[in-house]
Amino acid sequence: MKVTLISGTRKGIGRHLAEYYAGLGHQVIGCSRQAPDWTLPNYRHFQLDVADEAAVRDLFATVRREFGQLDHLINNAGVAAMNHSLLTPLGTARQLLDTNVLGTFLFAREAARLMQRRRWGRIVNFSSVAVPFKLEGEAMYVAAKAAVEGLTHVLAREFGPLGVTVNAIGPGPIRTDLIRNVPPEKITALLQRQAIPRAGEFKDVVNVLDFYLRPESDFITGQIMYLGGV
Amino acid sequence: MKAELVEIILQLCAAQNPSLPRPVLVEQRGEAQLYGRGGPLDSLGLVSLIVEVEAAVEDRFGQSVVLADERALSQHRSPFRTVDALADYVVAMLAERSVPPTP
Repeated sequence: MKVTLISGTRKGIGRHLAEYYAGLGHQVIGCSRQAPDWTLPNYRHFQLDVADEAAVRDLFATVRREFGQLDHLINNAGVAAMNHSLLTPLGTARQLLDTNVLGTFLFAREAARLMQRRRWGRIVNFSSVAVPFKLEGEAMYVAAKAAVEGLTHVLAREFGPLGVTVNAIGPGPIRTDLIRNVPPEKITALLQRQAIPRAGEFKDVVNVLDFYLRPESDFITGQIMYLGGV
Repeated sequence: MKAELVEIILQLCAAQNPSLPRPVLVEQRGEAQLYGRGGPLDSLGLVSLIVEVEAAVEDRFGQSVVLADERALSQHRSPFRTVDALADYVVAMLAERSVPPTP
């Protein structure tokens, strides 16, 4: 049985992914800061902050003891904040870096420690079209996701000899809580910058994830794939 | 504790040996060389061994240790040169952990 860890599973894309991969017969491990109001067969939830190193290490120690392996990590947990830089509090900036960058790093580090045992693993990080679009009003979010892309490139090289691939997906707007505070006209303007000007859907995300996770993709690493044509 | 750690490290080396270009000579017990001058491990092999030793220490002693910190890397005599040296280093780290904080 494949063991798949997905961060940020309480709602949105993360929840869809947990349902999807559990439905495929994977043992799915998920986490979020708050407890979910749903359960699934083949699913185990941990309540933690992805930037809390001790809690993250405990999670992976449990995975190691109970499941003995980890095949896939989907680093989905993320937060967004839209505000002009002149009006962005440092606390908001820190939270964006903690969750999006340090959380991604911690999970990738701990996952690769487990994966290197079998010289096999797949890590997928989440970037955003906000990076290539250089979106105004999202300076710290773009900075955080650019850091995720940098991590993806370097970790791909460091983990490659261990049999672990590291790639990223960069979705455009998808109708989830992450963009609930973004004005509709901003979303429309953003979509017009894509080659295919429509909002992304869960199936678009899972299509790319399935490609990265499949065994035949063992020569695909360090890549950032944007949705919608950027 | 040290003898137990030597056994743990040797077992981990034996498990890793098939994937190494040059095996760790586990029959030499504590004197078996690991990394550095004459040691069989390359940097990737050392990383893999440290990861496994940290996990084994956590499982056996219930303590999480970070073996490849700046202190380890800056020591004049590397704690990663032999099985004995690595076991001594883990013992020292665990002993530090068990000292109660001064009031």
